[in-house]
Amino acid sequence: MARRYEKPVIHRLHVGHTNKFGFASPYGAKVRKSIDGVPIEELVSRFGSPLFVFSERRLRQKFREVKNAFTLRYPHVELSWSYKTNYLDAIVAILHSEGATAEVVSEFEYEKARRMGIPGSKIIYNGPYKPIDSLRVAVSEGARINIDTFEEIADLERVADEVGKRPKVAIRVNMDTGIYPRWSRFGFNYESGQAWDAVKRIALGGKLDLVGLHCHIGTFILKPEAYEIETRKLVELAYRIEDEFGFKIEYIDVGGGFPSRNRLKGIYLPPEVAVPPIEEYAERITTALLNNLRPGDYPLLILESGRAIVDEAGFLITTVHATKRLPDGRRGYVLDAGVNILFTAFWYHFNVEVDREVSGGAEPCVLYGPLCMNIDVVEDRAHLPPLPRGTRLILSPVGAYNVTQWMQFIRYRPAVVLIGENGEVDLIREAEDISDIVSRERVPERLKPKS
Amino acid sequence: MGDRLTKLAISDEGFIFDPETGNSYTTNPTGLLILRMLKEGKGEEEIVKALTEEFGAEEEEARRDLYDFLEQLRAYGLVEGV
Repeated sequence: MARRYEKPVIHRLHVGHTNKFGFASPYGAKVRKSIDGVPIEELVSRFGSPLFVFSERRLRQKFREVKNAFTLRYPHVELSWSYKTNYLDAIVAILHSEGATAEVVSEFEYEKARRMGIPGSKIIYNGPYKPIDSLRVAVSEGARINIDTFEEIADLERVADEVGKRPKVAIRVNMDTGIYPRWSRFGFNYESGQAWDAVKRIALGGKLDLVGLHCHIGTFILKPEAYEIETRKLVELAYRIEDEFGFKIEYIDVGGGFPSRNRLKGIYLPPEVAVPPIEEYAERITTALLNNLRPGDYPLLILESGRAIVDEAGFLITTVHATKRLPDGRRGYVLDAGVNILFTAFWYHFNVEVDREVSGGAEPCVLYGPLCMNIDVVEDRAHLPPLPRGTRLILSPVGAYNVTQWMQFIRYRPAVVLIGENGEVDLIREAEDISDIVSRERVPERLKPKS
Repeated sequence: MGDRLTKLAISDEGFIFDPETGNSYTTNPTGLLILRMLKEGKGEEEIVKALTEEFGAEEEEARRDLYDFLEQLRAYGLVEGV
């Protein structure tokens, strides 16, 4: 054996197709042999493939980075963890230990926060659908409730009578901040006067204390200026409310929507160029506060950041199961992880890394998942050398939304592990088996299989 | 394997020129070996054997990769389809 084996490839040469940007292709074969010092192969041999891996070090680091960006600029800041972004117990435990409160959008998330030891007073309850039973619990336990609809005002007044308490509430406001799409379906519109009507309605009822204003302008917002507009409008509304109705606005919740270093589909530039640093958002928001607040008045600034904190702490290890040549000449790979567990693949181009050096020129290829479904495409424009079967790919960032929006569809959901700051690897969610799926099913007696 | 393939100019470094279309290609050492053998009219078994002997490839992988390489050649129109 004279030479090292490399999969045979042939590429047509194109003249005149040069890349107009100088930086390296983000889809070249980047090699990653470990995560936080733990070898990829060791993780897979212990916990299987596919495998979600979270880094405690990266998570804490990112949380502190976001927190510092704001606390260095404004004296009164609360970071409230957006549960829907990632509500794995171990992940939220880390964030609560860093001082994050809980931002929940359902009774399920509320219960999850409570069982993690978070008192009602440290919970912000958001969302367009809050069943009245959940409002009873939230009011009794002193949670902060951001009202979304006129019906909810009436429900809360009813609960106030029943429970014998004056709930502390805020209204969610939606507004034009110069970005598209405008999220107008949540809360009360600012420009149309609807928000003002909601304030009047709360004052008229006389049973609720309006103590806050909330807004969430959208998701993956690449324009920090939008937050400046949002904050200024909220401060103006707060003073109008204070002056006309005497409610003291104690908190201004500007929501979240800050981007992570992920590559949104349709955006040509890589995230290192396209995504502004968190400091720029902090600067815009705090400047808008300090320029518009009255002397000596520093209401609590609440941030509901999710993606910007957890996304880059999450990786998915997946394995090449098979290869095929597509009729258009591209190579296709069948992986053991698909859109069933990578919901964000619909919107983002992940960073794709390979667990070993693979010789051979990179070529355009498509990464397919394991589902017998045509939509199961993890990445349609990867650029990789010819990968042997069994090669592990490491996809990132995948820490936001995937482990909450994943589906039990066709396949079991895989294990999730956490690499601790001490270098230890802990299983934080077991891989599923059939009992997870059938335990709540019931077969009528007459349909049961005869044994 | 057809006329097209026999007319290709193939350098020792793996640079390929197709005089009929003016297209040029590059290939790696394993690809070069396969192309040369195809030009000489060698069949699947002989090529797989050569890949295992000269490069130490596993037979199953070599055969799988040969099929894939032939598909690449077909995609470029360098060999005829089935």
